[in-house]
Amino acid sequence: MNEAGRSGVKTDTRVDDSPPPKKAPDPTGRPKSPNGLLFLLAVLLPPRFTPESVRYDRRYRTLDKYRFIIGFLGLPLAFYALFVISPFVQAIYYSFTDWSGGPVANFIGFDNFTKMWNDERFWDSLEMSIALAVIAPVVTLMLGMFFAYMITSGGRHRKGQAIAGVAGSSFYKVVYFFPQVLSVAIIAVVWGRVLNTNSGLINGGLDKVGIDGPAWLGGDRTLALIAVLVVLCWSFVGFYVVLFSAAMGAIPKDIYEAALLDGAGRGRTFFSVTLPLIWDTVRTGWIYMGIQALDSFAIVLVMVPEHVLKVTPVFLYERFRDGQYGYATSIGVVLLVLSMAFSLIVMRIGNRDRIEY
Amino acid sequence: MGSTSINRRDVMKRAAATSLLAVPAVGALSSCASGGGDENKAEKGEKSKKNPLGVKSDAGLAVVVFNGGYGDKYAQFVTDMYKKRYPDSDAGQKSTTKIATQVQPKIVRGNPTADVINNSGADQMNPGKLVSNKQVADLTELLDAPSWDDPSVKVRDILEPAVEASGNFGGPGTFQAGISLTVYGTFYSKKLLEEGLDSAYPKTWDEMLAVCKKAKAKGIHGWSYPGGHPRYMFFSIYTMFAQRGGRDITTAMDYLEPGAWKNDAVKDVFEAWEELVAKKYVLTGFDGTEAHTEMQTAWTKGGKCVFVPNGSWVENEAKDTTPKDFGMSFGPSPSLDSGDKMPFGTINAPAGEFYVVPEKAQNRQGGLEWLRAMYSKEAALNNFKELSALPVVKGAIDGQKLPHGVASVQAAIKAAGENVVIAKHMDWYNELFREDFNNMIAKFMLGQIGTKQAMDIMEKAGARILKDPDVVKVKKS
Repeated sequence: MNEAGRSGVKTDTRVDDSPPPKKAPDPTGRPKSPNGLLFLLAVLLPPRFTPESVRYDRRYRTLDKYRFIIGFLGLPLAFYALFVISPFVQAIYYSFTDWSGGPVANFIGFDNFTKMWNDERFWDSLEMSIALAVIAPVVTLMLGMFFAYMITSGGRHRKGQAIAGVAGSSFYKVVYFFPQVLSVAIIAVVWGRVLNTNSGLINGGLDKVGIDGPAWLGGDRTLALIAVLVVLCWSFVGFYVVLFSAAMGAIPKDIYEAALLDGAGRGRTFFSVTLPLIWDTVRTGWIYMGIQALDSFAIVLVMVPEHVLKVTPVFLYERFRDGQYGYATSIGVVLLVLSMAFSLIVMRIGNRDRIEY
Repeated sequence: MGSTSINRRDVMKRAAATSLLAVPAVGALSSCASGGGDENKAEKGEKSKKNPLGVKSDAGLAVVVFNGGYGDKYAQFVTDMYKKRYPDSDAGQKSTTKIATQVQPKIVRGNPTADVINNSGADQMNPGKLVSNKQVADLTELLDAPSWDDPSVKVRDILEPAVEASGNFGGPGTFQAGISLTVYGTFYSKKLLEEGLDSAYPKTWDEMLAVCKKAKAKGIHGWSYPGGHPRYMFFSIYTMFAQRGGRDITTAMDYLEPGAWKNDAVKDVFEAWEELVAKKYVLTGFDGTEAHTEMQTAWTKGGKCVFVPNGSWVENEAKDTTPKDFGMSFGPSPSLDSGDKMPFGTINAPAGEFYVVPEKAQNRQGGLEWLRAMYSKEAALNNFKELSALPVVKGAIDGQKLPHGVASVQAAIKAAGENVVIAKHMDWYNELFREDFNNMIAKFMLGQIGTKQAMDIMEKAGARILKDPDVVKVKKS
């Protein structure tokens, strides 16, 4: 310590600093033998107080590096562990218990999962959730890409520009993003009104042209599924328009110019140039949207009457409301597994070599 | 209170279930801690004619009231009555929105600090659990005591039978004291029915179909219901089950007995309704979450339908859209035919807004006495004025000027007499009503499923709940 204080006044962490090298510290012939305890001490103490034997050890560099990283990440990681990891672990634990909200939770093995397996209500809800998770990302992403392409490169060619958006594209960009600004609850309430059988905007409009509109949320599951899909797409498409416009904007213009010189039209340009170059973004968007659709809790809960259509998160919520916390968490665990599986599948499907530009 | 009373009830039931399983564990702990026989140290005084429950006049009394939609002023009225009779008692009242949090831990430890508790709200204690753990007092002693106003009449005899029925949990005894009545059933406009359709209220199903036919000829639907909350249909259908099959059927439903939903009585009732639906007498399309309001508006303001399934809160809830001369009236469900086991006029009228007295309350007798005061005419009338809820004390609001709907409900209660059935499974196994019946009747009313499927779905749902280890069962004994 004294040595450190004297020679390394700057208390620098660099090892190469002042090397009274390997000879000095250990006369017995073993060049470096700071024990684990000293290393531990070195991690905890400020660098200034690093024991000498440690400081001149080769492993000190690694230690120093990680100590540096931990210094920055420690707190966030602790929070992450406390508020993200531990709830997950607890949820998995509680999914094997009969917990009903009180201080007692008896371990009951896989009972919750067998109950789920035999529960028709669960399968009904899962059917809807999976339908949403499969259809909603495809529709939303296609729409988002179409709009984004129109905004960035769908317009007439202007002088001196290889590509240009349609007229008023910056205005559209803002408009598309509007639904994203609204809270999901408001979206669900407003759309619930729009889809209302007797007094809704849609059926009112149909009525004007002499068509008797269907009862969108009145009992037919397929109609309700379509309604939920429309609302999901409507509320998320703006986000993907912005996401994809940004990705498309990052593609160098000269690639487009080259394609143009080769005589590629808009469609060809899109499929041969734009899409491959934004593929990573599309894949990320796909996973994100898939998980959103697998959830779609708030929209379904607020907008759709419970007897018409139920998604698994709503079913989970109802079990929670009944005080069947153990059962509810086991449903949550299944949803977690499904989300992970979905992400992995999409990652696999979409795995291509990244194109550098 | 309006429709919220249903929703609040649902919420309560569920939230209550939550707090329940806490109890056995803590109970086990405390049984170790408190060790052997602590004799009831409750304060008791001399029984006398004036003091039939033997209240110790200088023992303190702690009342805990749920501070929700009803507030706590109505209860303070009773506490003041108690104080007036026992000036040395230092009776005090506390109000809270967290009933279980506030009082349950002490009850579980066998050392309750409250003597009478308004067990209500989202954080209420699960009454079934309290009863099976013997933590609340049997109120039979109170019901057998002379009433507050007239010592020659027992408390039991001045109360609507619904109080006893609603406080019962399978075995003998009454464990919670409801202070208001809700009547579920069919509501209609007297004006539309009598003047518009020139008909009397149908007492049989044939008459019902005839009225609907007449209405259809005038371009009006006989029935409507809130499609977004189709479970409302239960309110009109349930008493028909009871009428057709007698109390055996309703009891079987309450205890989830096999065959409760698969028998001739249920079949006859569903078939009757199937015919009404098939003849397109039902106005549908009120599909949103505000379906009940939309439907009630079409019914009151629009005059688009004659009968609706509803509860006694509807008059208050729909008052903004109801024309002055509407003549809102309650009607019991029609009889199917002379083969019915209970007469026309049977009603489904449970008591609600419950109070309990902890079994080991320090002033248990005082708690019972407080309830005796609550069941006085004076307090019942005050409740009616404060809460506009139907009183459980017979004749408490006689001679008052009542709104048309309330008056007709009162008349129906009087006419029903002992013929009151209470769907206890609505409280005990709420998901059977709230989810399974709801989902089934939604399809049934649209004609998507028929009688057979309706019965199958309900029978299966009952079996599922009976098997579900996560649902606390009430045992019949």
